[in-house]
Amino acid sequence: MDDLLQEFIAETRETLEALSGEIVAWESAPADRERLDSIFRFVHTVKGSCGFLDLPRLARLSHAAEDVLAAVRSGERTPDTRLVNAVLAIVDRVGEIVEAIDAGHALDDTGEDLLIAALDTGSEAIVSSAAPVLRAPTRSVRLNVDLLDRMMSGMSDMVLARNELARRMRDEGVDPTIEAALERLSLTVAEMRDTVTRTRMQKIEALFSALPRMVRDTAAELGKTVALHIEGSDVELDREMIEMMRDPLVHLIRNSIDHGLEGPADRRSAGKRETGWLSVAARQSGNQIVIEIADDGRGIDTLRLGQKVVAAGLRTETALRAMSEQARLELVFEPGLSTKDVVTGISGRGVGMDVVRANVEQIGGRIELANAPGKGLRISIHVPLTLSIMSTIGVGVRDERFAIARQAIEEIVRVGAASIRIDRLGDTLMATVRDRRMPLVDLGNLLGFGQRDPAMLVIVGVSGGSYALAVDTVLDHEELVIKPAAPAVMATNLYAGQTLPDSGLPMLMLDCAGIAQLAGLVFTREIVAEDDAAPAAPGVQALLFDDLDGVRRIVPLSVIDRVEPVPASAIRHAAGRLRLSVDDAIIPLVALGTWEGRESVSVLRLRDGSVELGYAIGEALDIVELPDALVPAHDSGPIAGVVAIDGEQVEVIDLHWLFSTHADPNAAADAPLCLLEGTDSAWLTTFLRPVLEAAGYRVATALRPGETAGVIVTMDGEQAPSSCAAPVVRLRRDIENDGIDGSIFRYDRPGLLAALAKTAGGR
Amino acid sequence: MPLFLIAQLAGRTVAIESSQVESVVDIGVIIPVPRSERHVRGLAALRSRVVTVIETRAALGLPEGDGTAMRAVITIVDGHHYAMLVDSLEDVAAFDLSPLSAGVVLDSGWQRVGRGIIERDGEPILAIELSALVPGIAAAA
Repeated sequence: MDDLLQEFIAETRETLEALSGEIVAWESAPADRERLDSIFRFVHTVKGSCGFLDLPRLARLSHAAEDVLAAVRSGERTPDTRLVNAVLAIVDRVGEIVEAIDAGHALDDTGEDLLIAALDTGSEAIVSSAAPVLRAPTRSVRLNVDLLDRMMSGMSDMVLARNELARRMRDEGVDPTIEAALERLSLTVAEMRDTVTRTRMQKIEALFSALPRMVRDTAAELGKTVALHIEGSDVELDREMIEMMRDPLVHLIRNSIDHGLEGPADRRSAGKRETGWLSVAARQSGNQIVIEIADDGRGIDTLRLGQKVVAAGLRTETALRAMSEQARLELVFEPGLSTKDVVTGISGRGVGMDVVRANVEQIGGRIELANAPGKGLRISIHVPLTLSIMSTIGVGVRDERFAIARQAIEEIVRVGAASIRIDRLGDTLMATVRDRRMPLVDLGNLLGFGQRDPAMLVIVGVSGGSYALAVDTVLDHEELVIKPAAPAVMATNLYAGQTLPDSGLPMLMLDCAGIAQLAGLVFTREIVAEDDAAPAAPGVQALLFDDLDGVRRIVPLSVIDRVEPVPASAIRHAAGRLRLSVDDAIIPLVALGTWEGRESVSVLRLRDGSVELGYAIGEALDIVELPDALVPAHDSGPIAGVVAIDGEQVEVIDLHWLFSTHADPNAAADAPLCLLEGTDSAWLTTFLRPVLEAAGYRVATALRPGETAGVIVTMDGEQAPSSCAAPVVRLRRDIENDGIDGSIFRYDRPGLLAALAKTAGGR
Repeated sequence: MPLFLIAQLAGRTVAIESSQVESVVDIGVIIPVPRSERHVRGLAALRSRVVTVIETRAALGLPEGDGTAMRAVITIVDGHHYAMLVDSLEDVAAFDLSPLSAGVVLDSGWQRVGRGIIERDGEPILAIELSALVPGIAAAA
C-alpha cells in the first residue's frame, strides 16, 4: 500500500504542476469548457484514488469539488469568480494535504468545512490562503520512461558489441587471460541487461493485488456482496502500461460494482445468486495484452442510455434511431453522461468512462464492450505489447529461424518416436501423438519454402484446440523482448512481433492462432476421426522409466503435467523434506534414490488436478499401456504393486500414497481419515481402499504423528484395535449372521458406507 | 531553404527532404519475411533496433533490381523504422521546393511519391515523400 500511496502522491503532484496553468486560464475565462474538463478530470481522479487508498479527507474535498464542477458541466450553475475561487481553494488544499502526507506530518482540518461550504451558491467569497509548502525529500525516484528506453537500447547495443568482440577474439585466438576478462564482462553485461529489462517490466499482479480489498470495500459500502475472480496475475506488462492502466481499471471495476451488479434483492428476483460475480482477467493475445472485466449484473440498458443522450442534447432522436445497437452502446463513452440517476460516492455519475477511454487510447489501446442486457457486461481493454518480455522457443525451418511463445506450446516431439504417427488423409496431413489426433501444419510449406518431411513436431494450443506444427529443428529457449513489427509485416497474420536476439539477427515471432487460421484449420470441441485400424481397447497409458535407484518403474501418463530436466541445485532438503524450486514456486519433491554426481535431474511434474508434486527420475524410457494385472505390494508405500511388461517386473508408483504423504497437506485435509487396521490389511487396502477413497475418505493403514482417525475399519475377529479413540466399524467374512454383533458383511458396499457415514460423519 | 538529400533511387535521381531522413546506413544481413508483400525485402538489425527493409523498386511498381543495393535511408513512419534501399547517395544541399510544372504527369508509381521539384544547376530533380513508399501507408494515402 505504501508504494501505491507514493505513486498517488507523485502523480497528484505532477498533475497539480501541469494543472496550475489550466487553473489560471480557467480563472480568466470561466466559460472555457476544455479547462473545466481537465480540472474536473483531476478532481475525479483524485477522488477515485482516495477511495482506493482510504484517504477520507481528500475524498470528501474532491467529491465536493467534483459535484460543483459537474453542475457547471451540465449547465446547472454558472462559473462565476466566487465559484472558481472556491474550487481553486480546494485544489490548493488537496495539494497541501498531499504534501503533508508525503512529509508525514499532520495538517489540521479546520477550515475544510468552510472550504466545502464556500462551494454552495450564495456563500461568501473566500480568500485563498495557500501557505508556501515545504516539500519533503522523496524516497523514490520517478524516472522518465524515455530514459529507461534509452538505457534498454544502450544495453542491447552493449550486448551486440560484446558478441562481436567475442566472435573476433575466437577468430584471432587470443590469450586466455583476455578471454577470462571478457567472460567476466559478459557476466556483468548479462546481469545488467536483466536488471535494466526488469526496470521496465512488472507483473500485472502489481495492479491486481489491490483489487480484492477495493472490491470488498466498495461492495460493502453499497450493501452488496461480490465474489471476485482474478486470473492471469503473472502476465508481464510494461511498467508504464501498468501505471496507465491503474485508473481505468479502478474506474471500470467501481462502475461494475456500482452500476452493473444489482443489489441482493434485485438479484434474487432476477433469479441470480445473491452474490455478484466479477471477474478480472489478463491474458496475452497475439501482440496485445487483453484485460477483461466481466460481471453478471444488469448490463447496459441502451434504450435508457439513448434517452439520456437525447435529453442531454448530445444527439437528436433521429440520429439515435439510425444508430446500430453497438453504436448506441458506445454512447456510454460520451463525456458528461450518466446512466445512473443517483449520484454515489463510488463511481460518481457514469463519468470516468470518457476519462477511461481517453486514458486507454492514449497508450494506443482500445476498449470493447460486450453487453448482454440483464445478464452482464464484459469490458475488454486491449493494450499493445510494446515492450513485453516473453519466454520463447526458437524453431528452424530451412535456413530461417522463428520464435514461438512458450505459453502456446504444449509439447515438442520428434518424428520417428514410437508413439508418433503422421498420416495423410487425402491431401491433408494429420499427426497422431500417442492417443491424440490433431491436424498438422507444415510450417515450411506454409511459408512457401516447399514441402519436406517433418522432423520435429511442436504441439501448440490455440483457442478451440491444438495442432502440430512441423519444423526442421527446435533451437534454444530464450527470453526475448518482443516488439510489434511494421504493419506490412503484421498484415501477413503470421507474426506476433519481432525481436532482436543475442545473435544480432532479427527474428520474427510466430502467431500460432494466425497460422491455424491461415492453414484453414477448423476446430470443433473434439476432433473425431474415423478409425478402424487401431485396436479399440483404451488402456491406461503410462510412462516407463528408470528410477534414481536403478529400478524400472511406471506411472500413469494422465497425472504427468510434464517431464523436465532441472539443475541439481534446484533441489534442496529444506524445512524437513526435499523440495524443488520451479519458476517462482517451491513444490515437494519425491526421490527414491540419490542424484549425486548428476548436474541435472529429470523431474516428473505430477498433478492431481490441484496439487503439484515433483518426482525425480533417472531416465524416461517409453510410453506403454499399463497392464491390468497388478500384484499388490506387501505394504503401502510409494509402490502400489508390480506389473509385468514384456516379461519384466515393473513397479507401479502408488500415486495416492505419493500425494497423500508428500503433497502439501491442505489438499484434502478436511476429509475424514479412515484407518484400516488388522492383519488382513492386504484385502483392506486393495479391495476397500478404492471404495473408501471414491466415497471421499482419506485412507491410512497407520497413523502419522498428530493424526487422528475419524473411523477405524477392521475385520471381525481381530483383537481390539489400538488405543485410538475413534469409532470402529467391523467387517466379517460370512454373509450369514446378519448384524447380530453389529458387524457388516465385507462385500455389503451400501451397508458399509452407510455405517461409515453414520460413525465418521462422512460424506 | 530546407536541406535535401540527393540520391539515386530505382535508376533515377531523387531528392529527399532531410526532415524525413533519420540516418543513412549500409544494411547488413537481411532476414526475409515469408508471405509478406514483395516490397518488404525483410528485416535487418540496425544497432539494437529492428528495421523493415523496403525494396523501393517494387514499391514503385518497377521490376526488382539485382538485389545488390545495400545502402539505405532510414525513415520513421508511425513509430516504425524503415530502411529504404537506394542505389547510391550523391549530395546534401539546400534547395527551394517548387511544385511540379503544369502539365507534367508522373508515371503511376512515381506519382504517388512525387511531392515537387528542386532545381540543381538547371537540372530538375523530383522531390519524393519516403512514407508513400511504405506498404499499407501508401495504400491508405
